[in-house]
Amino acid sequence: MDYLLIGISAILVNNILLARFLGNCPFLGVSRKMDTAMGMGMAVIFVITLAGAITWLVQEYILYTYDLEYLQTIFFILVIAALVQLVEIIIRKMSPALYRALGIFLPLITTNCAVLGVAILNIKLGLDFPKAVFFSFTSAVGYTMALLLFAGIRERFELSRIPKPFQGTAIGLVTAGLIALAFSGFVGLI
Amino acid sequence: MAKVVKEFTKGFWEQLPPFKLVLGLCPTLAVTTSAENGAGMGVATTFVLVCSNIIVSLIRKVIPNEVRIASFIVVIASFVVITELMMQAYAYPLYQSLGIFIPLIVVNCIILGRAEAFASKRGVLDSAADGLGIGIGYTIALTVLGAIREIIGSGKIFGHVLFGGFMPLRFLIEPPGAFVALGSMLAIINFISARQKSRR
Repeated sequence: MDYLLIGISAILVNNILLARFLGNCPFLGVSRKMDTAMGMGMAVIFVITLAGAITWLVQEYILYTYDLEYLQTIFFILVIAALVQLVEIIIRKMSPALYRALGIFLPLITTNCAVLGVAILNIKLGLDFPKAVFFSFTSAVGYTMALLLFAGIRERFELSRIPKPFQGTAIGLVTAGLIALAFSGFVGLI
Repeated sequence: MAKVVKEFTKGFWEQLPPFKLVLGLCPTLAVTTSAENGAGMGVATTFVLVCSNIIVSLIRKVIPNEVRIASFIVVIASFVVITELMMQAYAYPLYQSLGIFIPLIVVNCIILGRAEAFASKRGVLDSAADGLGIGIGYTIALTVLGAIREIIGSGKIFGHVLFGGFMPLRFLIEPPGAFVALGSMLAIINFISARQKSRR
């Protein structure tokens, strides 16, 4: 039951993109086409879930054990940066096809604040290990879903006549606002 | 000297973040529910930006090219931890209301962007001026956006009630309003710069 609530909350109600405002730069930059959005989304799910698990272990067994909580930010960002590099190397060796699909998105993910944000939220919300992993995974799924929805709408922009000052990022932001408004209807679910 | 002044002032309009330099959107959207939060976030970001620009510029010849991004992140993260601890000590209410977005200054793309695009190539004085200018521009933008959302969304400014008997448009201080407000402000700025260009 707990897991169902965590899932619904992370995907629909407190969507990390639309309600918590994490990871907006790639959201507005990458999501122009469905297939790039899909690639980015898959890379994000992979990295966030892995990073969520590893940072939780780092917090529990290094930071708490040695009273180093104040170094959380430095530790987490280093873990994430190293992890992204490692994942890139492993994928390149193991699966060239997957690397071609995700490769260009991986370096971008280090500075995607959703990764660090979810890692910190896991600790802030006081989740235990399986819940933290589940929360990371569902948050990333929510992110991907918003990214795909947005890319679908954005593909249609090319056919529509947008007032000049709104072209580009401005209309993207307003559209994101309208999607967020639709998502705020889910608040009653929990 | 004129060059340093130019690096300093370009952050106010020519490269005003987050509008001309579309970076650092997450904190912009998340913390501008009030003018005070916007200003606090802006000042914290400016501090980190100036310090990291200076350090990156000082060590730019020592860092090997392959590990430069990682080194920049460590420098930035150190200053973010300093900011976090200082805010816990001297501005605790602000620290609480900005919450998770203080540690997230590390991944604010403006800071890494300036380190990579500017401070890793230029002298210390130029880099400091660049960081200060961009930082002040960002602070002004966040404060203005925060003030607009606070005035219309809750009828207050810096926490003071502005007018009674007015039904605030709560939409603007909720998450969807953040996107719409920033998008509209970006459109207004695009409109002004297009007019400037056509006049010239």
